[in-house]
Amino acid sequence: MPSVEILSRIQFAFTIAFHYIYPPLSIGLGVCLVIMEGMYLRTGIKMYEDITRFWIKIFALIFGIGVATGIVMEFEFGTNWATYSHYVGDIFGSALAAEGIFAFALESGFLGILLFGWNRVSKGVHFFSTIMVALGSIFSALWIVIANSWQQTPTGYVIEGEGMQARAVITDFWEMVFNPSSVDRFSHVILGSFLAGSFLVMSVGAWYIVRNRFVAPAKAMFKVGLSVAVAAALAQLFTGHRSAHYVSQYQPAKLAAMEGHWDSSAVAPMYLFGFVDNENGKTTGLAVPGGLSFLTHGSFNAPVTGLNAFPKTERPTAVNFVFQTYHIMIAIGMILIAMTLLAVYYLWRKRLFNKKWLMTLFVWAVLLPQIANQAGWYAAEVGRQPWVVYGLLRTSDALSKDVKANQVVFSLVLFTLVYTLLFILFIYLLNKKIQHGPEMTPNEEDESDEFSKRNIKQLQSPGH
Amino acid sequence: METILGLDLPTLWFLVIGGLITGYGVLDGFDLGAGALHLFFNKEESRRIALNAIGPVWDGNEVWLVIAGGALFAGFPLVYGTILSTFYVPFMLFLVALIFRAISIEFRSKEPMAWWRKMWDVSYMVSSTLITLLLGMVLGNLIQGLPIDAEHSFKGDLLTFFNPYALLIAVTTLSLFMLHGAIYLVMKTENRLYVKLTVLVNNCSKFFILCFILSSMVTLIYIPHMTEEFKNHPWLFLLPLLAVLTVLNIKRNIDGRKYFTAFVFSSCITAILLILFAIGLYPNIVISTLDPEWSISIYEAASSPKSLRIMLLMAAIGTPLVISYTIFVFWTFRGKVKLNEMSY
Repeated sequence: MPSVEILSRIQFAFTIAFHYIYPPLSIGLGVCLVIMEGMYLRTGIKMYEDITRFWIKIFALIFGIGVATGIVMEFEFGTNWATYSHYVGDIFGSALAAEGIFAFALESGFLGILLFGWNRVSKGVHFFSTIMVALGSIFSALWIVIANSWQQTPTGYVIEGEGMQARAVITDFWEMVFNPSSVDRFSHVILGSFLAGSFLVMSVGAWYIVRNRFVAPAKAMFKVGLSVAVAAALAQLFTGHRSAHYVSQYQPAKLAAMEGHWDSSAVAPMYLFGFVDNENGKTTGLAVPGGLSFLTHGSFNAPVTGLNAFPKTERPTAVNFVFQTYHIMIAIGMILIAMTLLAVYYLWRKRLFNKKWLMTLFVWAVLLPQIANQAGWYAAEVGRQPWVVYGLLRTSDALSKDVKANQVVFSLVLFTLVYTLLFILFIYLLNKKIQHGPEMTPNEEDESDEFSKRNIKQLQSPGH
Repeated sequence: METILGLDLPTLWFLVIGGLITGYGVLDGFDLGAGALHLFFNKEESRRIALNAIGPVWDGNEVWLVIAGGALFAGFPLVYGTILSTFYVPFMLFLVALIFRAISIEFRSKEPMAWWRKMWDVSYMVSSTLITLLLGMVLGNLIQGLPIDAEHSFKGDLLTFFNPYALLIAVTTLSLFMLHGAIYLVMKTENRLYVKLTVLVNNCSKFFILCFILSSMVTLIYIPHMTEEFKNHPWLFLLPLLAVLTVLNIKRNIDGRKYFTAFVFSSCITAILLILFAIGLYPNIVISTLDPEWSISIYEAASSPKSLRIMLLMAAIGTPLVISYTIFVFWTFRGKVKLNEMSY
């Protein structure tokens, strides 16, 4: 049987990867919802309310699965990684507690109003709730990414105790929060989430346009999605560069793995694509000569520390995996910029919605930000191995010492079955909602009719 | 040691966690109880009303669990790791049950087919019941203590958890949440469902009182360390007295059909029982049955004073916020449930 370490890592990787399908969608959708409902309040056009209602229903589905799979993550720290929990609790715990009390409570509290409050609160209060839910999901990401960034670039702590009793103790809260990587990584993660959500909105809009259904609302939602997506895709260039730069400063072994750079100290190229031979320590592919040197030191001739400069026990072993996932993320980032800019150009030329091929492309493009988000995290988390807290705590030392392999096999099988079922149901229900489409308010005449009926009802009810 | 209001930091954080767990018990307790009773309703409309009674609030209620978990992680990391890894299998089942509870509520209304709805009804009932029983079982085991050694290593196996006392506490927890949930549902319903529920509430209260008496007696007789503190401070015996009065008040208000007051009292009894549990434990969190010396106290497990101070500040800022919008949401959805096109 595989070791408890391997099993626990597989379980954590599987449950977090599955979980991470959903939060980026909620975060991105949250922003789109704020814009849609804001447009409704500003213009008073009923169509915006209809698409807001439509997307809130989809939001609820995504949010629900995100919460359910997210609670698993919180508890897994304790169940499978008890030594890690003890080691980081003083620091990580406060970020997690802040996430719960400031972020999660906000979004879950107001979600009820978002979903069921349409007839119970005023338009303004409903809009306020939408903003609170969107903000709550962003704050959630903030605290979680801060905690994760502390593991990448720990600051503001001291180590107390030794061996199994050792733990990191906080010395400066703000230094912990604003550790060297948290701002860059948070902005990168949040823009990745905006892309995930906005591409879902555009995908559904494009699909209606291709099918010639709900054309007017589909165009409206596509434009909302596009406005978020184009801004996020372009800004991602900047945050992506910043993130790579912090890695070069603080995690040189990870950077070397991302670029497949082996020589201890040499001018390093930047690969557009390639293949890494993990066994022989060779990388082949198409590269910009001196590119990595330029990124790291601002000069094409400066030497960069490579993987061979680190003892084998202090650098990642799955170099090709890190290399490929990192390059997939970047390639997709570029494609997203090209697609959104092209769409904006055609929108300006007023020809966007006639371009069937582009619309079809956008239908499928919903997968791209998802793949990029996943791949980026794989590169970041596999690339920091063998450390769980960089330079301080090894992944192999972080386990729960009392948990046996058969217990982890049990839970892993359980999660695999449940998550497979969950994913099938999610796709089925999402598809159903999309097929059904938004409930459009009937035209003016019917509306006034409906209105008078409602008035009569109100007059008849004893409460009035 | 540094103190605030005469209490040291680990004790304060112990109280915060106690408050959060109580909040979770009071709030999600009625959701879970309503879930456990779900199959008592036969008609489709009744089931929908029962589901929509908790519809807008259950998600917010579940947050208290997340916050309580985070607070335990942050304040007593050693205990967090020890308890969760010791109860590995029960907590995994608990997590899966939480997933099923969530998706049952969310998915049920998405298809009209009878088999689909029936399937999620059963899943909703089973998962709510299982969550409650597992929580009660963990609680029962913590009250008794666990076979942990000097290194905080667990020396039992899965069967250790399934002892008669833990099962009794599990059933008692279920009876309490069912009563709490039934009272909540009576407040939210009208007409025939209301009438049906008034009968159900009566039965639930009898079931709870039976469990309450039984588990109180067993605890008094067989779990001496839970009552030690009371012998040292006799005035603490006011609390069990208060518990009995509260239980009697639940019954009295149910008989008098004052369901809101009954709900307040059933919330109080959840709090009082947890306070009794906390007093019995303090200053330990995990009691070792092998040697009292090996128990984990809050002082041994606590995070650094600086970390606790930061988090107490967060709690001081955050709690009023959470409570204010919890009240706002409950106020928005006050009154009887009315089904509309946005309902589950």
